[in-house]
Amino acid sequence: MSATAAATIAVAAPAGRGAARPSAWSRLTHNRMASIGLVLLGIIVAIVLAAPILPLAPPNVTHIAQRLHAPLTPGHLLGTDQVGRDILSRLIWGTRLSLAVGVFAALAAGFIGSVIGLLAAYRGGLADTLLMRGIDMLMAFPYLLLALAIVAVLGPGLLHAMLAIIVVNVPFFARGVRGGALSVVRTDFMAAARLSGLSDMRILLTELLPNVLPGIVIGVSTTIGWMILETAGLSFLGLGAQPPQADLGGMLGEGRNLLQVAPHVATIPGIVILLLAIGINLVGDGLRDVLDPKLKSGGLARFYPVTDAAPGAQRRRGLDLPGEAAARLPLALRGLRTEFRVGRSVYAAVGGVDLSIAPGEAVGVVGESGSGKTVTALSVLGLVATPPGRIVGGEILHHGEDLAGASLARLQEIRGRRIAYVFQDPQTTLNPLLPVGEQIAETIRRHQGLRRAEAMRRAIVLLDSVHIPDAAEKARAWPHELSGGQRQRVGIAIALANDPELIIADEPTTALDVTTQAQVLKLLNELRRQRGAALLFISHDFGVIAELCDRVHVMYGGRVVESGPVAEVLGRPRHPYTQRLLACVPELGRRGPPIAPIPGLPPSTDALPPGCAFAPRCALAEARCSAGDIALLPVAPGHAARCVRVAA
Amino acid sequence: MSATAAPDAAGGVVLRTDNLIREFRRKRRLLARRPAPLRAVDGVSLSVARGRTLGIVGESGCGKSTLARMMVGLLAPTAGLLEIDGVSIPALVRRDRRALHRRVQMVFQDPLGSLNPRRTVRQCLAAPLMALHGMNAAACTARIAELMDLVGLRSDFAERYPHEFSGGQSQRIGIARALAAQPEVIVLDEPVSALDVSVQAQVLMLLAELQARLGLTYVFISHDLAVVESIAHEVAVMQSGRVVEYGAAERIFAAPQHAYTRLLLSSVPRIAATEE
Amino acid sequence: MAGLILRRLLMVVPVLFGVSVIVFLVISLIPGDPARAILGTFATPANIAEVTRQLGLDRPLPVQYIIWVGKLLHGDLGRSYILHKPVAEEVMERLMPTLLLAGTALVLASIAGILLGVVAAVRQNGWQDKLITVTVLIGISTPSFWLGMLLIFWFGVRLEWLPVGGMRELFGGGGALDTARHLVLPAVTLAAVAAAVLVRLTRGAMLEVLRQDYVRTARAKGLTERRVIYVHAFRNALVGVIPVIGLQAGFALGGAVYIETVFQWPGIGRMLVSAISTRDILLVQGGVLVVATAYVLINLLTDLAQGLLDPRLRDA
Repeated sequence: MSATAAATIAVAAPAGRGAARPSAWSRLTHNRMASIGLVLLGIIVAIVLAAPILPLAPPNVTHIAQRLHAPLTPGHLLGTDQVGRDILSRLIWGTRLSLAVGVFAALAAGFIGSVIGLLAAYRGGLADTLLMRGIDMLMAFPYLLLALAIVAVLGPGLLHAMLAIIVVNVPFFARGVRGGALSVVRTDFMAAARLSGLSDMRILLTELLPNVLPGIVIGVSTTIGWMILETAGLSFLGLGAQPPQADLGGMLGEGRNLLQVAPHVATIPGIVILLLAIGINLVGDGLRDVLDPKLKSGGLARFYPVTDAAPGAQRRRGLDLPGEAAARLPLALRGLRTEFRVGRSVYAAVGGVDLSIAPGEAVGVVGESGSGKTVTALSVLGLVATPPGRIVGGEILHHGEDLAGASLARLQEIRGRRIAYVFQDPQTTLNPLLPVGEQIAETIRRHQGLRRAEAMRRAIVLLDSVHIPDAAEKARAWPHELSGGQRQRVGIAIALANDPELIIADEPTTALDVTTQAQVLKLLNELRRQRGAALLFISHDFGVIAELCDRVHVMYGGRVVESGPVAEVLGRPRHPYTQRLLACVPELGRRGPPIAPIPGLPPSTDALPPGCAFAPRCALAEARCSAGDIALLPVAPGHAARCVRVAA
Repeated sequence: MSATAAPDAAGGVVLRTDNLIREFRRKRRLLARRPAPLRAVDGVSLSVARGRTLGIVGESGCGKSTLARMMVGLLAPTAGLLEIDGVSIPALVRRDRRALHRRVQMVFQDPLGSLNPRRTVRQCLAAPLMALHGMNAAACTARIAELMDLVGLRSDFAERYPHEFSGGQSQRIGIARALAAQPEVIVLDEPVSALDVSVQAQVLMLLAELQARLGLTYVFISHDLAVVESIAHEVAVMQSGRVVEYGAAERIFAAPQHAYTRLLLSSVPRIAATEE
Repeated sequence: MAGLILRRLLMVVPVLFGVSVIVFLVISLIPGDPARAILGTFATPANIAEVTRQLGLDRPLPVQYIIWVGKLLHGDLGRSYILHKPVAEEVMERLMPTLLLAGTALVLASIAGILLGVVAAVRQNGWQDKLITVTVLIGISTPSFWLGMLLIFWFGVRLEWLPVGGMRELFGGGGALDTARHLVLPAVTLAAVAAAVLVRLTRGAMLEVLRQDYVRTARAKGLTERRVIYVHAFRNALVGVIPVIGLQAGFALGGAVYIETVFQWPGIGRMLVSAISTRDILLVQGGVLVVATAYVLINLLTDLAQGLLDPRLRDA
């Protein structure tokens, strides 16, 4: 079995989304490559199953007089072999044998390996150690060599060859299944099953197994082809099927010595093995695409280095010309719309956002998950993943220059130089294989053209300025050697490296503990002010926004529903959503009015209601709320809300 | 240690720990002596009275989740006392695991991760009903409808799979599963941390209603001080395996005694700050 | 890093112990009387008793094992009753050609596999990717021994470009150039399947890594795509690919059995096949033991290479 197949077993595939989704079978048949494989395999299987009723010459009867006829000889469509046996007949019977052996061996190895893997993962402890050490020992042998040793013990023969192939494949399954099962064993639902009073056997069979099964199915199906090749190989060496019986490998072996006289004797069975293996591999790959959650919905599509954007004329439709003021601003979003296309659904993640930031200003964007705040932030420098993301409308103005239509080269000049990012999870946003100093220095080298040593010297100064002790020493540290708080300080140092005029921080402290969060926020704010950088701060936390920002935009369903000075919006919220959201937030020291939840759920952006997206959850909703588009209306100087009631 | 006030014993103590310790073996480094084990929970003494909520706050790695898992019998203590209704929990685990699970249940942090993606809501709720209370299919159906109603879910959701639900709905299912065992105590391990603010408020409200209606006792574990303040009667503040401050919630939030508690409280960003 | 090297070296010891136990058990488990198997059907009972005593087969298994290991440590793998020479001598003669063949194949496969995998990932869905994907599919579906036969037929018999086999001694006669000419076809054949597996894996690893958050961070810093792909993404992808190169070494050493048979290469693989058919069990045992040891050491190297690349493994 191939290593890739072994690796895929390790993936426990939870069920996909939505009952509306087509069944696994229909998805498999809609996969072009898999359908080719299914057809190919179907034809071969149909022929070999029909072998007993087909008008074939007996496969093992020799006619020395008729030896080595070329293909297309009358009566012998594919010719005859060195003792005059009909090749077509032997081929069909041989394929039947090879296929049966391959399928059985894969199922047997899959079953035994899965039982070992499941037990090792579920029991853990000593049982796990013993089982897996044994598996390690078997895997210390070069794959085929162990099979040879087993055949040497048992003696040549198809059954023995098959046993040998099964034994050498069991370790791959055991390891793969154990890996997959371990990730399930550690889940909370396994703990919950124990708390539900289920017995070990029940948990194993009803909770663990169903979640590992797709991986096992993938493993078995991608292994059958390999098994056929391997048993054929042993037969080819004369250690598998014994004459006169022949499987495909045995036929190849017999043909080897006739290569110069009668090449067809060896060529034909080789082609059949090739076709058989291609068919099986295509179907196996298709199955993996269908069952493996990682490969679902477009598979592992590669992201482009820049978000795709609609042509400028199309994006600017309906927008007036930007005012003079825009040329001064580090960032002005005008009617920004970013969409995701997944299958047939279109998610309008950002549905027309206007937002501007003056030099040195701190602007917050607050909203719940799915409100479009992060996509807004990532759209600015084209960092939204394409596919499936696309900027379909509006402009992203940086001193009057539209970044949505900018070339990659132009964006790369601005990224990290004029506008820099701090991302959410410092665990995953730093490259684990580069020392943190280098991760700062490389952006300095890129934008300031400094030499290696000088850039590193600057990086150390930066590390020092974000209060990392022993900066010179720590510059050589790897990300995993730092704490979460320190990693995020490195993230801030990267953002500050080229003195950008705007820093976009996307939930930079969400993954941190509260005391660390306080320190990191304080640091970010101090350094930003010292250097006069503007800040676009994305958060779900009103408290953080309140401490850091001058103005705030509240987002809901992909749009800004309220914006204004922080004190104004939080103190006198005008949009019902802002009001209700603030009432939901438990606040320290507010033992007074109990929190009042908002009924219902936030809308999905692929099915937004017309008009106000909050109307279905709003106690104050009227008919006109859902009648049509509602503008963001001024309610006080600098304060605006997207609600029909404020206009009145 | 400033652990002082025990909770008022009016309802009687349901859950009690005394000098509870849990150690984890550290990985042995080559050619070195095995390092001293890590004490995740280091001498914790707490008690929870019937019908009350004990909030446990602390930052990541302080041992609060280890404590929670010991309380429901998923993890064995290394030493110390841990009992429910005066019966030792570790002894119950060995003798009669199901009897323990009928008394104490757990709600997990990740709402989706705590539901088996391949089982319907009905299967998920039926498991404790059958395994812990020996109900038959008909009784199960009726009880599942009751439970779904109790947590505010439509009963026709029972045939659906977890991935069809939002985070808030999944957490309601998790709560319903805990309730199915008819426990006295529910240990809630960061039950609202993964939820959006508006949904978090719904779940907190639901928990408060259920407590009032069913007389449940909660151990509510969270890193979010504001959330704990809104729901807990007593609070224990944990730092590196120890309880550094323990007492009535009002007292701790109004007049924190321990320096760490004060640091935690002062670190929380406040909306009100700008209004003044 | 020194710690990692020491740890890995110490871990090799129990693995080698396990390997030796399994190999030892192989002869002990042979059904029937090994002495009779060695001497053939016409042996007299006296002869059989004599051989049994000589081999120590009348003692308990653990004792037999200890004696066997003791001899092993002195380089004594027993005597081949078919070839009439010490097993160690024969195995060592055969080892170099096999290592040369498998090593060359592995280097070829690694270079081609990783290179094509990266190209396929970077040009995902482009014509290069499609061409590579189809080639790889054919590669993993082709029996290597059949591929070898086709190559012999075309390049050796029809075109007469390269010798088709019949290598006798590595360093005798024709010199290095002759050895290299003999090596081309078998090494390419053996490399083909391993390369196909590595292409798939590298492509998948690159695609996976290219969606990681730190790649987005690298792009947000304004780094060129070249640096993003070859410094940030490629290194991380390589961490996942290196252990599979080790695994492929195992497939190459095993696959050498077919290739040596097809190309008449004087390696251990061909020796094993004939030893199995002549039931020369001690020779099988010695061959398997030596190749397995080589494989364990190769895996040690890939482990260390991985540690060199990934700092997280160094102090785990």
